[in-house]
Amino acid sequence: MRYSLTSLFRQTLTGHKGWTPQWRDAAPKAEYDIVIVGGGGHGLATAYYLAKEYGLRNIAVLEKSWIGSGNIGRNTTIIRSNYLLSENISLYELSLKLWEGLEQDFNYNAMVSQRGVLNLYHSDGQRDAYARRGNMMRLNGADSELLDRDGVRKLYPFLNFDAARFPIQGGLLQKRGGTVRHDAVAWGYARAASDRGVDVIQNCEVTGIDIVDGRAVGVQTSRGVIRAKKIGLAVAGSSSRVAALAGMRLPIESHVLQAFVSEGLKPIIPGVITFGAGHFYISQSDKGGLVFGGDIDGYNSYAQRGNLPVVEDVCEGGMALMPAIGRARMLRNWGGLVDMSMDGSPIIDRTHVKGLYLNAGWCYGGFKATPGSGLVFAHLLAKDEPHPAANRLLLDRFRSGHIVDEKGQGAQPNLH
Amino acid sequence: MRIPCPYCGSRDASEFAYSGDATLPRPAPGNADAMFDYVYLRDNPAGVHREYWYHAAGCHAWLKVTRNVSTHEVIDAVLAHDEATL
Amino acid sequence: MSTSYRLASGGLIDRSRPVSFTFDGKTYGGYAGDTLASALLANDMMLVGRSFKYHRPRGIFSAGPEEPNALVTLRSGARAEPNTKATTVELFDGLDASSQNCWPSPHFDLRAVHQLAGPLLNAGFYYKTFMWPAAFWEKFYEPAIRASAGLGALSALDDPDTYEKAHAFCDLLVIGAGPAGLAAALSAGRAGARVILAEEDFVLGGRLLSDTTQIDDVSAASWAAVAEAELAMMPHVRILKRTAVFGAYDGEYGAIERVSDHLPVPPPFMPRQRLWKIVAKQCVLAAGAQERPLVFPGNDRPGIMLASALRTYANRFGVSPGQRIAIFTTSDDGWRSASDLQKAGAEIAVVIDARAEVAPDVRKLAGNALQFLGAHVSDTSGYRRLTNITITDSAGQTRSVAVDTLGVSGGWSPSIGIATHLGGKGNWSEEKSAFLCSDMPPGMQIAGAAAAQWTLADALEHGALAGAKAASHVGLGLQTQKPIVASDEASGNNPVWLFKGSRRKAFVDLQNDVTATDVALAAQEGFRSVEQLKRYTTLGMATDQGKTSNVNGLAILAGEIKKTIAETGATRARPPHVPVAIGAFAGLHTARHFKPTRLTASHAASAAANTTFVEAGQWMRAQWFNAPGETDWLQSVTREVKAVRSGVGICDVSTLGKIALCGSDVGTFLDRVYINTFSTLPVGKVRYGVMLREDGFVMDDGTTARLSTDHYVMTTTTVNAGKVMQHLEYCHQVLWPELDVQMVSVTEQWAQYAVAGPKSRDLLRALLGDAFDVSNEAFPYLACGEFHVGNIPLRLFRVSFSGELAYEIAAPAGHGESLFNALMQAGKAFDVTPYGTEALSVMRIEKGHVAGSELNGQTVARDLGLGRMMSVKKDYIGRTMAAREALIDPDQPTLVGLRPVDRSQRLRNGALLFARGVTPAPDTNAGFITSTAFSPGHNHWIGLGLLARGPERHGEIIRAWDPVRSGDYELEVIDPVFIDAEGARLRA
Repeated sequence: MRYSLTSLFRQTLTGHKGWTPQWRDAAPKAEYDIVIVGGGGHGLATAYYLAKEYGLRNIAVLEKSWIGSGNIGRNTTIIRSNYLLSENISLYELSLKLWEGLEQDFNYNAMVSQRGVLNLYHSDGQRDAYARRGNMMRLNGADSELLDRDGVRKLYPFLNFDAARFPIQGGLLQKRGGTVRHDAVAWGYARAASDRGVDVIQNCEVTGIDIVDGRAVGVQTSRGVIRAKKIGLAVAGSSSRVAALAGMRLPIESHVLQAFVSEGLKPIIPGVITFGAGHFYISQSDKGGLVFGGDIDGYNSYAQRGNLPVVEDVCEGGMALMPAIGRARMLRNWGGLVDMSMDGSPIIDRTHVKGLYLNAGWCYGGFKATPGSGLVFAHLLAKDEPHPAANRLLLDRFRSGHIVDEKGQGAQPNLH
Repeated sequence: MRIPCPYCGSRDASEFAYSGDATLPRPAPGNADAMFDYVYLRDNPAGVHREYWYHAAGCHAWLKVTRNVSTHEVIDAVLAHDEATL
Repeated sequence: MSTSYRLASGGLIDRSRPVSFTFDGKTYGGYAGDTLASALLANDMMLVGRSFKYHRPRGIFSAGPEEPNALVTLRSGARAEPNTKATTVELFDGLDASSQNCWPSPHFDLRAVHQLAGPLLNAGFYYKTFMWPAAFWEKFYEPAIRASAGLGALSALDDPDTYEKAHAFCDLLVIGAGPAGLAAALSAGRAGARVILAEEDFVLGGRLLSDTTQIDDVSAASWAAVAEAELAMMPHVRILKRTAVFGAYDGEYGAIERVSDHLPVPPPFMPRQRLWKIVAKQCVLAAGAQERPLVFPGNDRPGIMLASALRTYANRFGVSPGQRIAIFTTSDDGWRSASDLQKAGAEIAVVIDARAEVAPDVRKLAGNALQFLGAHVSDTSGYRRLTNITITDSAGQTRSVAVDTLGVSGGWSPSIGIATHLGGKGNWSEEKSAFLCSDMPPGMQIAGAAAAQWTLADALEHGALAGAKAASHVGLGLQTQKPIVASDEASGNNPVWLFKGSRRKAFVDLQNDVTATDVALAAQEGFRSVEQLKRYTTLGMATDQGKTSNVNGLAILAGEIKKTIAETGATRARPPHVPVAIGAFAGLHTARHFKPTRLTASHAASAAANTTFVEAGQWMRAQWFNAPGETDWLQSVTREVKAVRSGVGICDVSTLGKIALCGSDVGTFLDRVYINTFSTLPVGKVRYGVMLREDGFVMDDGTTARLSTDHYVMTTTTVNAGKVMQHLEYCHQVLWPELDVQMVSVTEQWAQYAVAGPKSRDLLRALLGDAFDVSNEAFPYLACGEFHVGNIPLRLFRVSFSGELAYEIAAPAGHGESLFNALMQAGKAFDVTPYGTEALSVMRIEKGHVAGSELNGQTVARDLGLGRMMSVKKDYIGRTMAAREALIDPDQPTLVGLRPVDRSQRLRNGALLFARGVTPAPDTNAGFITSTAFSPGHNHWIGLGLLARGPERHGEIIRAWDPVRSGDYELEVIDPVFIDAEGARLRA
């Protein structure tokens, strides 16, 4: 059923009896043209764009748990394309443009809200780095504005300007950045893909990848063998484990990234603010919760939970920047399993196994990339060649040295 | 997490810096393929993991810690120096 | 209104200490020992708030931290604390609270119009609309939704109170001081274990305070007081009242102590709250259980409360929340509530039990109240307070009973949240009608109601056993304990998850306004996992964290999808178990105290000279010195540069990292970590070196001096001091332990000053006299030496960052200030000028030295013009990877000097570089400006940049594009060394 105010009214009058499942809870067929492993945002988006943009229908998305149970439902909901390197800006800007039309496109209100993303700077060196970044963003078709201290004060008068250890000097603002209702992205893609014939298969864990003569021909799953002409992996923090099924070692470590939400409060923070002198960023949801986060815990982890030192570190950053949140209470804290790549940028590429494709290494930036990642991965799967917006995010860049290292931290994933 | 530093005793993990997989020996000079593996590729297992921790806010020892990365259970910690000189 | 609902006697309140408080501006009275909720109820203030979505009137629902409704804003102004549960606020004299999420008042709230749209505003309605036209979301729909967002409001003022952190270590942490927790603490404490007993409430006892049961022949509350007294006498037991353990983390527990929240403002030098980080060898989780509400049409009216809460208000606070009370239950416990209320003098009109059969001795508990078995409440009425309930009896007949209060009791849910934080699971027990924890974390036991040991006797017995076990786990002998004798209780339960009746909404989550119909709709739309249900309906995501709603919600979902509760499963509990103030996690690390401030030895002397300081990591460094009459930083900096270039200046460079290396293999070691050779460095010499990361990119640069045969001192950049130390330790301990090298950071141990300029030798000669020969012959460029002046050891290095004749002189940090002052004193004759980091930077740019903006982790040695330093005769860290295709690509941007074609043009860092005449595009970008300075010598701005094929392009005019600052201008590419290319001044 198409969602609209009219359908909502009509259903209201009939006691909402007519709403159907938002996606078909499909059972696996014996064979598909393309199997996407991972029913998170990226996997579902990939399936959707394969169906919509590349006209393919015989597609399955396999999810070991329930769709949206991974990082798509565990992030801080921010969208932006304020990167430094063209390789990244081109992809994230493609994604941002898709976000801008997404809800009308897939007929689901994911509450894409472009209320601005502001990265604060606290030193001349940071200002210069943000100037370069802002220029690079403009160069790649994104929007950016470099604000001085007064410009920041106009937007956020309650920040700590006067008693700060590292006083705010200004900020880099991307007005088109913002937030999205994260879970709705998974549901919206699942519904739209399902409507286009994609089988969304939940509780179906991939336990093996069948390879014959160097070519992937199917997957072993907890619900039986599924043959496939092409297989795309979009499993984020589980990338190393699934790739190992095909004998691959990846330039990836799995880490835990914590996120936090406060009790519901009357709106005080319109956009997204990122502290430049510590690990803290914050926005406020449409329900009123302060949604915030900081650095990864910094050690390999598959536990989907973190520890107190990082909780404290994040809150210290928050109280350094805005001591007005001191009496707001943290309501929930959770951890996501992030696939930290060796240069901090994603990998979207073919692999040494024919018919097996990899979409991984998103670090803590995967959510904002969801539509773009889906589209470029769909392109790669459909055409067997990289999408122009992601043609430098390839696996062999580590060997050749064409790494895409935004922060200049080198092959040390916990520092990206 | 608490890490049993052989010098300092049980200490909070926040005193340490982390540096990942400790199972990879540094390859001989000039072997580009081996060096690429060493610098970039990881097993990244879900389960028991041997890894380097540096007691930055303590004795400055590099430790090889055995830890289950799925449960965060710290199983063992030894001085990397001792292992390297074996 | 006076205290009309306060019972004439009874309760644990102190009637000799009346206190007064205000709510919504009106003054009321209560007693010490009250909570805000009990005092409000005593004053007939049942209705205290409105619900989140529909703004329905809501009353006090519970008597504890599970409260979904009675959220108030406590205090005002900068101390305003929104969303505070009135049921957990300890009453104090002068307390000031106000209702929230309603306007103008909870009694008349304009947003109650939301109720009219109720049928439209069901679960997930917003996902299906507000999409057209696209631009309307930010402009219209979302502002409207955000206008309704949240409950209470932050003041937007800085929190005036302080928070602190404390660490504790113990043998046993007992979470909760109810019967099980007290028994556990007693048995472990008696065995000699170091025990911490943490209790969220301000009185120990838990349910013992709310019950009329007997223990060891005294009242339960008295027994708790005696137990507390015994524990307080034990020196190895620490009792933390008002302290909620909110999380189990790897190796530690987090707890929050509300040190001053029961006082109007924190006393002097006291924090508002204290964050405890507790390392405990053993833990007994005795957090009790929460009563479950019942889900039936119209179940949200003010006056409908948890039956056990009614009991608590009567027994503990001497308050009867209503005049005429009904009890609706599926458990024996509801009958016990009826009994206690009657004993306290309240009128129980009727007891309705959904169970067809109830044991006679249980039924006896209701005394002469009307009783309906196999019946349920099918409707209610009363807008601002319950007036009537409709009972559907076992025969299907309905009747209306006038009551102002309805106690509901759906059985109990053990509070296992903390046991599941580390990965343990809640498993449904049909027998206990509750989720029990399996896979307990190592060292944790669970006891009492948290383990569904419902009766008091069970809780005491298992608590004592758990405490004894914990003591034996830490090596203390199991002691035989005198059994604690408690009165018997009935604890049968047969839950019913959803009662049908009128068409009114049956609420599952009272705060987020999630109804049974919403749960059903979610299931109908395919949200069949509990996690999806939670996300789609917002069930359990409110400030009460679903404590009263989660089990009911998932049980209703299970019914909808035709699965058992066990198959459906529960959502995973996440810390914090109770909401915790963000300020508490930050402790004292706020605002100016966010990070430590490190001052150099010359700081005080510099500050006295009207100096502008700048943060350099945690250090504060002099940025420039303001001379009288100077109004602009550039004026000051230009003066400083000119003074150095023509005379002599002094700059504090102590913040550079300094690492002492000793041993017979230091030369070999340095050969392996630097790209250039150090094993050939003679004693008394300094050499500049560059280090790579193993991936071939530049990590850091600096100088290393060989002070004696086996003693070297390395300098690093300020920012990388820690990182380089860590790297060197790794190289030694892990890679080459066979080398005889010892190292230690001496950054803080030595104060170091650059003395730069043509007159620097004269100054040093004047200062040092015969103590050290600084002549060019005895101490040429790149020499170093150690000597004493008096008993003070000094080090001198002939190094130059400015490009002038220059030295760096170092003294132990304790003598740093004296040395600075002595240099300034000796320099008077030469008109010495102290200079800051800006002048330092101007001069290094003029000299073409790279610094932080070029050493950005993305450059290789060749990019920085340092490629020739890379030795081909030895291996070193990063050498192999530095040979990769992209790292030797001649098209990579390489260091160049830049000057504006229009000499009046200011250059700015971060501008992008393009060949003249090309359109800026990602594939035409040739680099960027890394560093800029106004060069006093050249009298125009100059810059350094990284430019593709830079060295080949000297003389070329290129374009600088800087749209974020509206800059677009032409530059000439030149050699990066702007002054003294041949180095004559250095060697003068």
